[in-house]
Amino acid sequence: MKVIVCVKQIPDPALPGELDSATNTLKRDGKLILDESDSYGVEMALQLVDAAGGGEVALVSMAPNGEVSGLRTALAMGAAQGVLVSDPGLAGSDALTTAKVLAAAVQRLGGADLVLAGTESSDGYTGTVPEQMAEVLGLPSVTFAKSVAVEGGSLKVNRQTEAGYDEVTCPLPAVVSVTAGVVEPRYPSFKGIMAAKSKPVDTVTAADLGVTATGWDAAGQQITSVTQAPTREAGEVIEDDGEAHVKIVEFLEGLKVI
Amino acid sequence: MTISNIWVFAQANDGAVTTGTLELLTKARSLGGTVSAVIGGDASAVAGTLGEFGASRVYATGDLGGALPGAAIASALVAVIEGGDRPDLIMFPQNYEGRDVMARLSVKLDRTVITNNTDLSVDGDSVTVITPVFGGNTLVATTFSGEGPFLAAFRPKSFAAESAGGGAAEVMAAPVPDLGSTGGATVTAVHVEESTGPKLDEAEVVVSGGRGLGEADKFAMVDDLAKVLKGAAGASRAIVDAGWVPYSMQVGQTGKVVKPNVYIAAGISGATQHMVGMKGSKHIIAINKDAEAPIFGVADLGIVGDVHKVLPKLLEALQGRG
Repeated sequence: MKVIVCVKQIPDPALPGELDSATNTLKRDGKLILDESDSYGVEMALQLVDAAGGGEVALVSMAPNGEVSGLRTALAMGAAQGVLVSDPGLAGSDALTTAKVLAAAVQRLGGADLVLAGTESSDGYTGTVPEQMAEVLGLPSVTFAKSVAVEGGSLKVNRQTEAGYDEVTCPLPAVVSVTAGVVEPRYPSFKGIMAAKSKPVDTVTAADLGVTATGWDAAGQQITSVTQAPTREAGEVIEDDGEAHVKIVEFLEGLKVI
Repeated sequence: MTISNIWVFAQANDGAVTTGTLELLTKARSLGGTVSAVIGGDASAVAGTLGEFGASRVYATGDLGGALPGAAIASALVAVIEGGDRPDLIMFPQNYEGRDVMARLSVKLDRTVITNNTDLSVDGDSVTVITPVFGGNTLVATTFSGEGPFLAAFRPKSFAAESAGGGAAEVMAAPVPDLGSTGGATVTAVHVEESTGPKLDEAEVVVSGGRGLGEADKFAMVDDLAKVLKGAAGASRAIVDAGWVPYSMQVGQTGKVVKPNVYIAAGISGATQHMVGMKGSKHIIAINKDAEAPIFGVADLGIVGDVHKVLPKLLEALQGRG
């Protein structure tokens, strides 16, 4: 079974995000790491290939400056190879362009039974790329999957909903986006980390993939201003001396909640 | 071109139009021009309400027969557009169905998408949306360029919902064409989590728990407190991911947005993605062991203390009042 996983390499979310004042977009020139949302996709892929009795997990990623550190993390977990699309012309690309680029990378790898992704990136949160990719690839899709199994050549998915979950079946090949917590991602072993260094990563440009409309001009949107939101002021902060609950009761009484 | 033809992606639960739909319809009609609703499923039960809130017509796909909405509804809408009704702007709710339909439509029409918006303004033929980033501290204004239809998704509670008192919307059939290779994803069973009490995104009081509770069993304190205050229980993403409570309780960027009268955060540090979901609460009470927790930056009353000590005493005091 061949599973291709989309992985995003993002600025470390533990560090405060910064906007580039010239373009008003997220600065991506520092260290980039594997988006945690995508570690679930990689783990899910590894488990599905295992359950199928063998195969391959391959990766696709779009990142600036030839960045591979996030890819190496996923390779260290057990993925076999990756395609990295890195191209200055892709800077400022919107979700639609990203989806076209990643779909082209998936087609370059070829032979995918299943394409996995997270539900939204932890830096952009647009949340449409996996479904857009499915449309570009002409495939069915199941988004927000909280459990995924392959049975007899088709997918059995428990799909998260706002009220609970739905059981969904879907023919293969397909695109699936997985929720956080769908599986417990493995920590790469030392052996895995060493092996990752020599696993192949094919670095290509947008032109190599035949994607021509890219970056700022193709985005169809322009950032016109960035302003600070009115902030909420902090109120009273007290230390619990054993009687803090009384303060809460008084606060609620004052609001006539109780 | 002016923005004179606006579509609103509408949704209904058990035959009732969702609040989110009413919010978008209210905003859409404030822009002038014609507003049409588009909906997956049958529209006969909801045409009245959709019309009351400003839609003059509603395009309905009819029963989807269990097909997932993304490919099905997007294909039906493209057929309507190719049939001659081309909207200038389509407004979507920021939820699973809205995102999926918008995504497929984006590729079919080759138009960009802008999601997570909290406001919209129109100037002639130009549409600008506002998106909060960095946990809501920074607001980015983005203008669509080129031709419509412009595709924008809005977070819940971005707009107020107000009836216009209009007559029922005219129902037009928008059947789903053959989906070809993109079809086939089908719902075979629906599981709804039983919950008592007010709905999380409508409750006047919300009590949420986070990792500071220590273990799954301790969430019972949050549940009990919510019950005694006649509110709803919520959760941080951390404990939902850990499997302590279901996703339907998640408050935050990728969960529900709540704006209750009172929000009590117990054992929640206040990660920006959580704050996005509750910063609009009228009054916020926070209990956390860590005096540096970001949640104290937005709390009206902050208690630096151990939830395992404060919550039981609070519960006892409240339950004792009878």
